[in-house]
Amino acid sequence: MEDIQLLETIERYLSGEMSSEEIIQFELTRKNTSEIDQMVVEHKLFLHQMEAYAQRKNVQQTSQQTFNHLLAEGEWSPLELELPKYKVIQLWTKYKKTIAIAASFGGFIAIFTFLLVMYLSPSLNGTQLLQLSKAVEVIKKNQQVQGHLLNEVKSKVPENAKLISGGSGFLIDTKGFIITNAHVLKGDGAIVIDNKGRELNATIIYSDINNDLALLKIEDKDYIQPKSIPYTIRHKISDLGEEIFTLGFPRNDYDIVYGKGYLSAQTGYEGDSNSYQIQISANPGYSGAPIFNNNGELIGVISTRQKLIEGVAFAVKSTKIFEVLNELKKDKKTKGLNLKLAKYTSLSSAGRKAQLEQLKNYMFSIRSFD
Amino acid sequence: MKAELNEQALLKGLAQNDSKAVETLYKSHFTMIQHFVENNNGSFDDARDVFQEAMIALYEKVQLDSFVLTCQIKTYLFSICKHLWLKRLHQMGKYSSPLNAHEESISVETDMGMFEKKEAAFAIMNRALNSLGEPCKSLLEGYYINKKGMQELANQFGYTNADNTKNQKYKCLMRLKKLFFAQYNIGD
Repeated sequence: MEDIQLLETIERYLSGEMSSEEIIQFELTRKNTSEIDQMVVEHKLFLHQMEAYAQRKNVQQTSQQTFNHLLAEGEWSPLELELPKYKVIQLWTKYKKTIAIAASFGGFIAIFTFLLVMYLSPSLNGTQLLQLSKAVEVIKKNQQVQGHLLNEVKSKVPENAKLISGGSGFLIDTKGFIITNAHVLKGDGAIVIDNKGRELNATIIYSDINNDLALLKIEDKDYIQPKSIPYTIRHKISDLGEEIFTLGFPRNDYDIVYGKGYLSAQTGYEGDSNSYQIQISANPGYSGAPIFNNNGELIGVISTRQKLIEGVAFAVKSTKIFEVLNELKKDKKTKGLNLKLAKYTSLSSAGRKAQLEQLKNYMFSIRSFD
Repeated sequence: MKAELNEQALLKGLAQNDSKAVETLYKSHFTMIQHFVENNNGSFDDARDVFQEAMIALYEKVQLDSFVLTCQIKTYLFSICKHLWLKRLHQMGKYSSPLNAHEESISVETDMGMFEKKEAAFAIMNRALNSLGEPCKSLLEGYYINKKGMQELANQFGYTNADNTKNQKYKCLMRLKKLFFAQYNIGD
């Protein structure tokens, strides 16, 4: 206890918080006790180093944040980071035979696994899962509320069309490509609504019901392309317990809602390896909303929640997005889309509020109609 | 004359870690460094790292009482980046002279000597703090770096009162000082 008081006194002395009488008193003690004198000198040096450390740390942070911010704004363009292609070709010619043999084995295993999965996989109907797309009534209700407010702005939904479903989605390419859940798009047509409530026409480009992912493209002259996307899509599986957050439109089309939680299992409902289990309060309308980790990396897409257990939801893993994009490259019709994903996550060192302020510009409410 | 005034204002801003000043420096000078590094066996990320270090070096120079900048900021930043990048190329065994550079540069040997000494001390403190573990690391950072009060820290970490927090901080501090001084040499 004595030591702790002594140190406190030394810190007060060094930071100039003492009154002049106290200083005289303390300096006398210092003179008479060489041990205390040594402690003062040592602590002064230490505090000096600590201050230098703090300063450098702060400058480093400002510098990093500024850089990331400017990069996200498109101030500089780094050289393309694509891997040199010739390496792949070399390996391919070298291992052609091995690959052929491995592939035929793989084929058998794939068929076997497929049958096994068909047999074991949870089917959505009648189970404990609830898709988080918005029910039509909710959308209708909101429309009525908005009705008088937005009368002067004509809706872009065709007049005779029937709204069927809705949810959330997010940009992955500045040209206007949006990812959402396949089950959000139950109709043939879609419009998206940005966080300022502007409606934009969109076309459904691809829908993968097994992975519950879909790709939309905004095709509207009112769409303003951002310079870049501030988040990358994670290639690897995320860790158990990782803190996560999401942004979606569970309430209506113009109030974006933030939610926070953690990754509670690396597999989804009944061990489904395509998805994560997450602990977050997810309401209908969150379907298709992105899940980010603290670095601002996109790690998944919310899709369903367990009916009876509050707070347990499931999200399609981000790795599945890459599978979908690869499928697109194989298809003749979609081969030429030339999607460019962000290469840097520019939000890693920003505080949560700053992250959200940026992110909300890339989030959309989605409605599908027939 | 006006340009000179602007440079002084920028340096003053940098000395206070003002993000506007930092942004202006990045906007006006980063492209030059990007070109230099990319033309000399480096990547965009290398340019980012080198420039950030140069910003810190300039910041620490501005902090000195004896601070005078005898050349333009541009020349100074370029000279430091050149020095740092040469050193890194050496370390990677990639050094090929002469360097591809069109900018003029000055000798920054003395400044860099000082910078490296500070960098070494920073690394020691960083290691010491990291090996402390939690909650010690965050507690001490909260007190010494973010300058939070004891009560605020008590609330943040969930201690019942400021005195308990003070006690914990003392224990952590003793461990940190031990770790730090085990590696830190005053002489060199």
